[in-house]
Amino acid sequence: MSTVASTGPDTGPAESRARIRSRRRLSSGKVGDFVLRAIAALVMLYIFLPIFVIVLFSFNKPVGKFNYTWQGFTLENWADPFKYPALTEALQMSLVVAAVSTAIALVLGTLLAVALVRQRFRGSKGVEAFLVLPLTAPEVVLGASLLTLFLDLGWASGFTTIVIAHVAFQISFIALTVRARVRGFDWTLEDASLDLGAGPVRTFAKVTLPLIVPGIVAAAMLSFALSLDDFIITYFVSGSTVTYPLYVNAATKAAVPPQIDVLATVILVVSLALLALGTLYRRKRPV
Amino acid sequence: MAGVATSGRQRSRIAPYLMILPALAYLAIFFVIPFWSLFRTSLSTSGGSVYLPTLTFAWDFGNYAEAFTTYQEQIFRSLGYALTATVVCLLISYPLAYVIAFKSGRFKSLLLGLVILPFFVTFLIRTLAWKTILADDGVVVSALGSIGLLPEEGRLLSTSWAVIGGLIYNWVIFMILPLYVSLEKIDARLLEASRDLYSSSFRAFRKVILPLSMPGVIAGSMLVFIPAVGDFINADYLGSTQTTMIGNVIQKQFLVVKDYPAAAALSFMLMALILAGVLSYTKALGTEDLV
Repeated sequence: MSTVASTGPDTGPAESRARIRSRRRLSSGKVGDFVLRAIAALVMLYIFLPIFVIVLFSFNKPVGKFNYTWQGFTLENWADPFKYPALTEALQMSLVVAAVSTAIALVLGTLLAVALVRQRFRGSKGVEAFLVLPLTAPEVVLGASLLTLFLDLGWASGFTTIVIAHVAFQISFIALTVRARVRGFDWTLEDASLDLGAGPVRTFAKVTLPLIVPGIVAAAMLSFALSLDDFIITYFVSGSTVTYPLYVNAATKAAVPPQIDVLATVILVVSLALLALGTLYRRKRPV
Repeated sequence: MAGVATSGRQRSRIAPYLMILPALAYLAIFFVIPFWSLFRTSLSTSGGSVYLPTLTFAWDFGNYAEAFTTYQEQIFRSLGYALTATVVCLLISYPLAYVIAFKSGRFKSLLLGLVILPFFVTFLIRTLAWKTILADDGVVVSALGSIGLLPEEGRLLSTSWAVIGGLIYNWVIFMILPLYVSLEKIDARLLEASRDLYSSSFRAFRKVILPLSMPGVIAGSMLVFIPAVGDFINADYLGSTQTTMIGNVIQKQFLVVKDYPAAAALSFMLMALILAGVLSYTKALGTEDLV
């Protein structure tokens, strides 16, 4: 702007100067925009790089026990994805654990988050600070401390203890994600709804819920992925129950079959399909 | 009408406590109590035989001093690795989160889903994939070797960089999501206003977007740094004995060596470091909002 002014403040009418300015801003904006999009695309590519490797190696014909180097193309692994029942069972176990623990943590965490955002109450600051604590605890420590508790209580490690442990670390994630998401909203809409004669239940269903649902969905997805992914804490409290990550870790010590990559690819495709469905659904109902 | 209003207000006075009670009770039983007993363990002395060790609580702070002097190297290495990983995560996540939040139009939710998608593959399998990518006879090593970026016989696997790379990859999603959430909430009209007031794009970014996205920056940094500093899988799968982190030591002490007081002391030292880091970070960035 100052350069335009210095080259000639009186060269033309104000209108054309404004046009020059806007064009310059547009062109520099375009380059910047392109660079920005290019960087984003590269980061996206980086995020997907190991995924390409996993999909590719599901078609690998490994020599020996480890599916680490490319040997040749085969469809054998896909013809028999459930060749190793232990792997399939481990995967089922992980999906059930993730579903159950996410459902429990979602109820507990969302109630907490909504209370923190919507209500001013004594001790709310303390609760917020307390919620951060489980996140500052390394997983190794969470796992070890929970194992100590279960041993003290005389509880046998297994499905229940895994779910308990997962809920324990999911609550904070959900509460904080939902809280961050719903805090910015205009809550006077609720008052407006009440003033206009809607009852509390109707207000909750028609106003509050639609406002917080995107935050809850995001938190649930994150939380489900966290549970499915968890290795370290589960390692401590699993007993003889084997989840998917535990199976994979044991495999790296003995033998890594390509079926691991096959099932990982199946999970990806299913997630992608759900994602596409969700997008379509949302586009049909523009709320 | 007045009666309804008062009873509503009275109800709302206990309502928040009823809402927070289940979650807090759960965390008290399955987080606070286990930590308390672990803390006692960290101050206990172990006696008895190797097969049947007994722990006696004795305010034994010697456990801490001993653990620190023995594993100083791993502690500082973990801090360095996790700090590097956090900074790189922030640098690569911001442009992506920005593009998704402001420039993706109707593809916004699709892109967001795509970003999350790879993280539905188990952490360990993703790390194993990196092992393949960085392998000595892999494409990346030969490509870097042919353009002279890597010396002959040079390798990527089993180096610090492989471990740091694994840390970055495995937790980058926890940087992208909070950044996106905070960016997405920014009112686009604020940007228009800054343009109308003749602010350059960069200045608009620095003065409007960056400050408003700070909650996301802070949350993301914490969500990356904390798991990264305590991790042992990346060092285990991608590193060597020269790259062991404090997590490796803690895990080994707990599950293999079974020196519980030392392991507990190390755990609490790690948490003290994390807490100090988090507090100084949030103080430096000057926000009242942690997440």
